[in-house]
Amino acid sequence: MAGASQVGQFPSEVALDYTRIPYRLFFDPTIEALEQQRLFQGPVWNYVGLEAELKRPGDFKTTTVGRVPMVVTRTEAGDFRLLVNRCAHRGAMVCNEPRGHRAMLVCPYHQWSYDLAGRLRGVPFRGGAGGRGGYPADFSLADHGLQSARIDSYRGVLFGSFSDAAPPLTAYLGQQACAELDRVFARPLRILGYSRQEIRGNWKLYAENTRDPYHASLLHLFHATFTNHRITAEGGNDTAPFAGHIHSVKGDDAAEAAAYEAQVGARGYRLADPSLMAGRPEFGRRVLSILTVFPNLVVQQIGNTLATRQIVPLAVDRFELLVTYFGYEDDDAELASIRLKQANLIGPAGYISLEDGYAVELVQQAIQGECGAASVIEMGGRATESQDTLATENGLRAFWRTYGRVMGWDGPGAANGSGGATGAD
Amino acid sequence: MEAAAQRAQIEQFLAEYAAAIDEDRLEQWPEFFTERCLYQIIPYENFSQGLPVALMFADSRAMLRDRVTAHRKANVFAPQRYRHLIGPLRVIGEEEEGAIVVRANYAVYRTMLDAANYGRSELFSVGVYHDRLIREQGRLLLREKVVVVETARIATLLVTPL
Repeated sequence: MAGASQVGQFPSEVALDYTRIPYRLFFDPTIEALEQQRLFQGPVWNYVGLEAELKRPGDFKTTTVGRVPMVVTRTEAGDFRLLVNRCAHRGAMVCNEPRGHRAMLVCPYHQWSYDLAGRLRGVPFRGGAGGRGGYPADFSLADHGLQSARIDSYRGVLFGSFSDAAPPLTAYLGQQACAELDRVFARPLRILGYSRQEIRGNWKLYAENTRDPYHASLLHLFHATFTNHRITAEGGNDTAPFAGHIHSVKGDDAAEAAAYEAQVGARGYRLADPSLMAGRPEFGRRVLSILTVFPNLVVQQIGNTLATRQIVPLAVDRFELLVTYFGYEDDDAELASIRLKQANLIGPAGYISLEDGYAVELVQQAIQGECGAASVIEMGGRATESQDTLATENGLRAFWRTYGRVMGWDGPGAANGSGGATGAD
Repeated sequence: MEAAAQRAQIEQFLAEYAAAIDEDRLEQWPEFFTERCLYQIIPYENFSQGLPVALMFADSRAMLRDRVTAHRKANVFAPQRYRHLIGPLRVIGEEEEGAIVVRANYAVYRTMLDAANYGRSELFSVGVYHDRLIREQGRLLLREKVVVVETARIATLLVTPL
């Protein structure tokens, strides 16, 4: 087939410098299957939750790594374990609740019982019934624990990996992402709640969206007007291999705001109740910071709203977005109420976020059946390095560079014989 | 007021509330509330665990008007419309300051009007209204409406109030 390439190779349509991404990557089920194996179960760290969600030994929460159901537990010793949520017996889901508290994890199907570290502790009728049946004499509980994955945390943010080849977590995150997490997770957290959305699009469209400061002030008028997230604002985009992207915005420049309105068109948009945006400075002049960690985490500080967003792929054309809102244990009453009010900004009904689900779906709907076309990612040039502007799509190019490497593609161009270059840094 | 008459009046009030949203008369929606009020759409997941975050939150009629302004001027979303089904209505009782405490199940069907999904209807949201109504100059108004959403996994986005 003309233009087709093996799934093990970079699709020939991908540009050498990641400025062209074929739409096929967003709806091809063979790509999706390969992502489960090479990417989500590959040498990456997947966000799986926050330590603050599991305060006591025996607490657990269910989550996923890619599409694999997982359970995070806190053991009697206080440490965290990440287990595949699938009975070692016949494959039933063991923990079938979003979260809970258990001394033992018991599979509902045949009551195989595991401890919080995933070790099999008992199976009913192991010796049979009335002297007949039962397991063979050499059946060993030790051979049939829940499959486990690596788990590590940085500043109370929990990450898991199926791969021994994943670098140590701090190296994976890189200095800048660690510094950002140091800022946002500086004090003990209080979980404030969750929101969930199911979006009919490929998860990578959202990964692109969160690395894209170009759209923010154009798609999200509310953002441009009230959070100073204008393309002309003082801000920057930092890229690193896995902690793919940090973009931040500093506010309070009236001349810049006027210049923006002149280009985009002022609409005389004012709030009847300005208390929504009457926040309290917590992070200096920084009004907004979005950190993305490859593949599935976004950490946001928008005004006084703090949250993690977990991208949960459900199918090639569907994902769930799970937002975990938090504040700090030492928040005073006023700050606590500011956070609840500003929660209006984000989530499925968020003034500055609800459009993102729509934008993802607009792309997914329009690319169906597409055989050769590709997106154009040239804002800010064709490189992937950090830039001190918001008028750029460098974060998207950096995402695709990492994606290509993790997928085991030797580099764009390899499939069509143009050189197998890997030097896209 | 006689219980049956009061109940009929509340039912009529909630039907008018729903119609204002369903018929895209959103500008009238804030007028169903008192000047100082509480409007929340909160997932059952949070409500049941005592976690305070809501999807929409307003503590003044002006803030409800801001929701409508954003809906009309700022937010970008696929054209769609709702149909509310409300009931059964339960009048729980009357509080000392005269607030009538009401619970009602609701279901909202959403019909998409965009090119890709034109005419597709789905059960968009189901849950319970926790309302506190007061009488101001003979007219019922919402002092508080807490929409406890059991459909916690929102289909794409929630832009129009419930």
